[in-house]
Amino acid sequence: MTRKISAEIVSQERIASDVCSMWLQTGDMAREAKAGQFINIFSADRSRLLPRPISICRIDPEKGLLRVVYRIVGAGTEEFSRLQAGDSIQVMGPLGNGYPIEEGRALLIAGGIGIPPMLQLAHSLPGPVTAVLGYRSERFLEEEFAPLGDVLIAAEDGSCGTKGTVMDALQEHPVQADVIYSCGPAPMLRAVKDYARDKGIKAWLSLEERMACGVGACLGCVCKSTAVDDHTRVHNKRVCKDGPVFEAGEVDLS
Amino acid sequence: MNTSVNIAGVVLKNPVTTASGTFGSGLEYREMMDLNSLGAVVTKGVAPVPWAGNPAPRIAETPSGMLNAIGLQNPGIDVFISRDLPELEKYDTRVIVNVCGHAEEEYIEVVERLADQKRVDLLEINISCPNVKAGGITFGTDPRFVEKITADIKKHARQPVIMKLSPNVTNISEIAMAAEAGGADAISLINTLTGMKIDVERQTFVLANRTGGLSGPAIHPVAVRMVYEAAGHVGIPIIGMGGIMTAQDALEMILAGASAVSVGTANFTDPRACEKIAAGIEDYMKRHGVEDINDLIGAVRER
Repeated sequence: MTRKISAEIVSQERIASDVCSMWLQTGDMAREAKAGQFINIFSADRSRLLPRPISICRIDPEKGLLRVVYRIVGAGTEEFSRLQAGDSIQVMGPLGNGYPIEEGRALLIAGGIGIPPMLQLAHSLPGPVTAVLGYRSERFLEEEFAPLGDVLIAAEDGSCGTKGTVMDALQEHPVQADVIYSCGPAPMLRAVKDYARDKGIKAWLSLEERMACGVGACLGCVCKSTAVDDHTRVHNKRVCKDGPVFEAGEVDLS
Repeated sequence: MNTSVNIAGVVLKNPVTTASGTFGSGLEYREMMDLNSLGAVVTKGVAPVPWAGNPAPRIAETPSGMLNAIGLQNPGIDVFISRDLPELEKYDTRVIVNVCGHAEEEYIEVVERLADQKRVDLLEINISCPNVKAGGITFGTDPRFVEKITADIKKHARQPVIMKLSPNVTNISEIAMAAEAGGADAISLINTLTGMKIDVERQTFVLANRTGGLSGPAIHPVAVRMVYEAAGHVGIPIIGMGGIMTAQDALEMILAGASAVSVGTANFTDPRACEKIAAGIEDYMKRHGVEDINDLIGAVRER
């Protein structure tokens, strides 16, 4: 059940120059959450009305904890970055559909701030995992993937792994897979969709869009869908409610 | 203590309703709040056929406000009647259906389809959406047209008709009077104010539609002023809206002359905003020894 609660910050640390990792005490919300879902985090500043949708990076159902790893991109996330253990913040969730957990060899392809939700997914998947992680330059979370499977790194500035994108890394180090999971910037998702189609592998993509309500009511965050959608009977799926995870063939990313 | 108000013969248990477009058909929020706590659910605008709306991005945050340019995406009247309306049977609240169209015939088609729907208590006619090119705001800014379309819709409507007015006009009273002259049973105001946000890093518009409708507390004082002005010129009930976040904000509208209020953007900051506002109005009435909420409607004018 989706609920809005006041969550206590258990810990917060800066894991890259503009990326923060925060553990929140969310009780039942953590017990219901799944990999690929997100939570809405609300600013305490009443002039910033809209919640910030942030993907769930780790779930600890026993302790009722959720971890979010987010990039500071504006005043809202800057405010969150100043929170310390013992502080409280309003959160709503769990939101969205999450990744379907499939058997077999999984290839996780993620770029930038699309990497965090892949960490819980890597923990949740039953089969062997290969994670391909793309960064501009500065790396984060990569060491947490290492115990969970093979890891390939791509950095645009060539500071580590393959110089270039996640697709360049895959070309350099071909990976056999039964299912692909991906999250990251739109150009990367388009490339992953093409790659999956060429290889004949099913792919699950997590999309991002500017949101307001987070529960499928306001129709602010639609993406183009290939089939007629259930809500409006046009070609618009709601990223917050029907997604954020879509089978690659479901969405038109052009 | 009486919290019920009367809009054109329809009694709302309290004056708090949801602003069209922010609350879906109400069903999207039922898990998170008690729909029975509402005076009425005002549904997302419905047209004769499905509308795809505008391209994304459709949403932008602004200081104490937000812009939206959804473009009235909706599934059309057939789906609304067969899927959404029966679900609303389960709740003890009034249902106000918001009606949109690209042309007068489209509004009339929807109004006629709703005529024999007993679950529908009131109609709200959106002649003020800033995000669609044909219809919407083009109808709502010319008093002659407002009077004509109101009169034409009234000929076909079985339920009482609320005309939803745009603030993007020079003289709101003139538009309110035109709606009343056309036979409107009530008016609601304000719809959003047309705005724009530019991404200076990318040197382009934030919204794909370029312009959007501004809502939220940023527009509340403008809305209160317009409700007050309209209330001074018409005798029909007014549903006041525009940036209501708290019971205090709602009471400002009521004191300015609104018989009921709609809460929109606040639903995004708290899914239980409407519930809390209804409870806050009751608290206020107790604190001030107000026996009947109707004694507060337009009370600032009389003093």
